[in-house]
Parts: sequence; structure tokens; C-alpha cells
Amino acid sequence: MFDSQKVYSGSGNSPGHGSDKIQEVEIADLRKITQAVKNCYGYDFTEYAMSSFKRRIQRILELYKLPTVDHLIKKIETEKAFFEEFLPEITVNVTEMFRDPSFWREVRDHIIPNILLNHETFSIWHAGCSSGEEVFSMAILLKEMGILDKVNIIASDIDKPILSKAEKGEYIIKNMELNEKNYIRFQGTSTLKNYYEEKNGKAVMDQSLIKKVSFRNYDLVRGGVFNKFDLILCRNVMIYFNQNLQNSVLKKLHESLFKYGYLAIGSKESLIWCEIANKFIVVNNEEKIYKKIKE
Amino acid sequence: MSQFNVSNIFKAVVIGGSAGSFQGITKILANLPENFELPLILCLHRLKHVRNGFVEALSLKSVKPVTEPIDKESIRKGKVYLAPANYHMSLELGHSFSLSTEEMINNSRPAIDITLETAAYVFKEKLIGILLSGANRDGAMGMKKIKDRGGITIVQDPSDCMIDTMPRAAMELTKVDYVLNTQKIIDFLIELNKQYK
Repeated sequence: MFDSQKVYSGSGNSPGHGSDKIQEVEIADLRKITQAVKNCYGYDFTEYAMSSFKRRIQRILELYKLPTVDHLIKKIETEKAFFEEFLPEITVNVTEMFRDPSFWREVRDHIIPNILLNHETFSIWHAGCSSGEEVFSMAILLKEMGILDKVNIIASDIDKPILSKAEKGEYIIKNMELNEKNYIRFQGTSTLKNYYEEKNGKAVMDQSLIKKVSFRNYDLVRGGVFNKFDLILCRNVMIYFNQNLQNSVLKKLHESLFKYGYLAIGSKESLIWCEIANKFIVVNNEEKIYKKIKE
Repeated sequence: MSQFNVSNIFKAVVIGGSAGSFQGITKILANLPENFELPLILCLHRLKHVRNGFVEALSLKSVKPVTEPIDKESIRKGKVYLAPANYHMSLELGHSFSLSTEEMINNSRPAIDITLETAAYVFKEKLIGILLSGANRDGAMGMKKIKDRGGITIVQDPSDCMIDTMPRAAMELTKVDYVLNTQKIIDFLIELNKQYK
């Protein structure tokens, strides 16, 4: 999962890239796996970006010491409990609070003030919220702006266990160091320590931050439009999709925005190759924030 | 008679570097033929939280502008690409880049192994991999993958490196084709480029 603790020994033979003991995963294998997953559970990974998907599969083979892809497929088909562990390994759940501090400053200093010009209350969707670091970042930002109670937030993820992790808001204390650094660069008005307590080696986030957040198990690939928002954050989520899938997900995000609503994607993502790029204007190219201008 | 066994079958050059590689890579970029034909793909260890400045620093003396690809950007001839901060950079079949925020590998994101391995997968024997100075073992496995798939491997001569851990790790893991100092690496790239004229 996302915590770096369990992941790699220093041997250089990290899971997912390396060991010769395990066969090289070929494209045909990946197709067989996505087909099995689709048949048994309905999730559709056929249009995920190949390079990272392959790496995730290789990583799982090594973590579970499965000698071949056929062993993996059999396990997927016959063990539901295994699939529940498989899902969070396939989706990437590495995230940090206030990733790209300059992005968060832009949201605080320009985007939200702009929304507030026309709306007293508004709504935000974290599409692909993973373990919730971004949701807490937003809640802290809103709290410091004094408007936390005026905003409805929906946070969604494909994976239920990750979602409950987000709801719990407990993080490895070691990770808070980076989060704190990001927060300082974000130039918050307080210190991150004021938003969590240390308990049993974990940072337990202040639950009042997310009391108005509704967490929702939702698959961007298969899910339909369920609401309209003033701001959608979908940062570093679509990078795991191929261009085709990016296009279709983007259409969904577009439909889920009010006219003149904002869409934020990752700092190295872009709408320029998307079919409906002309329905957005660039608000901030450096931070990759767009505004919907056409239905 | 050429000192290097090169031809025009190659489709890309990928370079990894870490601590102590900035000088070498700057020199390489400054002495690249202006009409350098192949895409030059760089994965250099860099500060995770500093998004800006590195591309500019590298471009300063470079013959060609250095750019950080956006996710799913196509790989073009003659361009110089740099893995962006805090992302892994992979190559995809169909010759485009994919970025990812997966776990760090060898304590690094971007990890050289990921760029090298995916490049080896995409370009096979048509790839040249170069590994420069560095203080950890990132890139060694990637170089092995390049070699295993029939590509050419070059490491910076350990005696020419500020920190030689990285090229040495690659030399332990696989048989590298050339051990060259920075000037020789430049000569290699010039010689390589002549094959395309």
C-alpha cells in the first residue's frame, strides 16, 4: 500500500522492478489479468496506462511470491479476499499533504476567492482521494480561510479500504515530516501539528476537519455523473489511464462541473490532448487549473 | 575507422545521473551536435519539492532546449527530455511518456531504473543507455535491462566520476559495452549522429 515502511529493503531488488526470479510480464498477460478482473468483479483496467499497470502487476507477483501470471489469475478468480488486497496494490496510493504547495496557495489566494464572489456556499469533489491527504489539506485550507462550514466536500475513491483509511485520518508519523514541510511552503497560518495528535506512533487528524466531508466509493472509469461541483480536484489520477480513457473520464468531470466551475489536475498533466479541451480555459498553466466555459 | 561500433539503427538515447552528474550532463548537452537526430531522454535525481529551475539550469548551456514532458506527450526526434520532479517517468509502447507518483525506488522519484527499464522495453536493441556519476545503485538494474534487450550500455568512467557508486553498481550487475569519460561520451554521441547523415 502507500506506506513506504513495508515496501523496500535496501537491497536494490525492489518489488516491481528487478528480480530475475519472476517472469517478465507480457502484454498478453496483462490482457488476461484485466479480463479476469472484469469478468469476476466488474472493474475495468483495460485502458490503464501500460507501463505503470505492468509495474503494479510485477510488484504484486513479488509481494505474494507468485511464480507466474497464471497463479495470479487463479488467485484473483478464486479468492475474493485476495482481490480486496489486490485492488489497492494496483491503484497507486502514494500521496502527500499539500503536494505542490504553490498549487494550494493559488487555490487559497485566487480560486476560492473567485468562487466566493458569486457563491456563499459551494461544493468540492476530490476525485480519486486515495488515503485522504488531499482532503485534509483542503479542509485545513478552508478552516484557515474561515469557511470550512460553508463548503460541501465529496471525496471518492475506487477502493473501499483506502477510503476508510481516508475517513480515519491516521497517518504514519514519519510521513508528517514531509507534510509539515509542504505546509510551511504553503504558508498556512498555523502549524500542521495543530491539526493532529500523536497516538501510538500515528498522526491522528482532527476529525472535526472532515465532519462535512462525504466519502464515496466511486470508480471514475465506470461511475456516472452524480452531482455538480464548483471545484473538482483530480490530480495525478488520470496519469494512470491511457489517452482514450483520459478523454472519457474528462468528459465526466466536465459534466460534473457547473459552468464556470474549476478543474485542477496534476502539475504535469494537461488537457491539451483532450477532445473537449476547448470547453475549458486555462486559469493557471503552472498549477494546471482550468475553468469550464462551455457546456 | 570509428572507435565505436555504431550504426543508424538506434531510436533513442537515455541518460541517468545522480550526485556529481550535473557537470557531466551540462558538458554533454553543451557539446551535442546541433542537428542531433535522436530523442535524448534524461532521468536525473533532483530535489523532489523543487519543480522549477532545473530545466532552466540545464538549458542554459545546452545546444537544444531541455523540456519536461507532460503526461502522455509523444517522444519526438531531436528533442531533449528531462524527468520532472517528484514523478517517475516511463516510456510507453507507441513512443509516449507516462508519468506516475508511485512509491520511490532506491529512495528516488524519479527513479532512473524506471525510465531505463521502460525505455529498454520500448526500444529494445535500438536504445543506447548511459549512466553517469551517482551515489546510489539506481540505474544499475535499468542498465542490465537495456543490455539484456540488446541495446548499448555506456557508463561514465569511475575515475572520471565525482561519485562512482552508480556506474560501478551497473558494471557489477551487467557487462557494459563502453566505459568512457565525459569527453568520450560526447565523441560517441557525435559519431553516432554521423550515422544518420
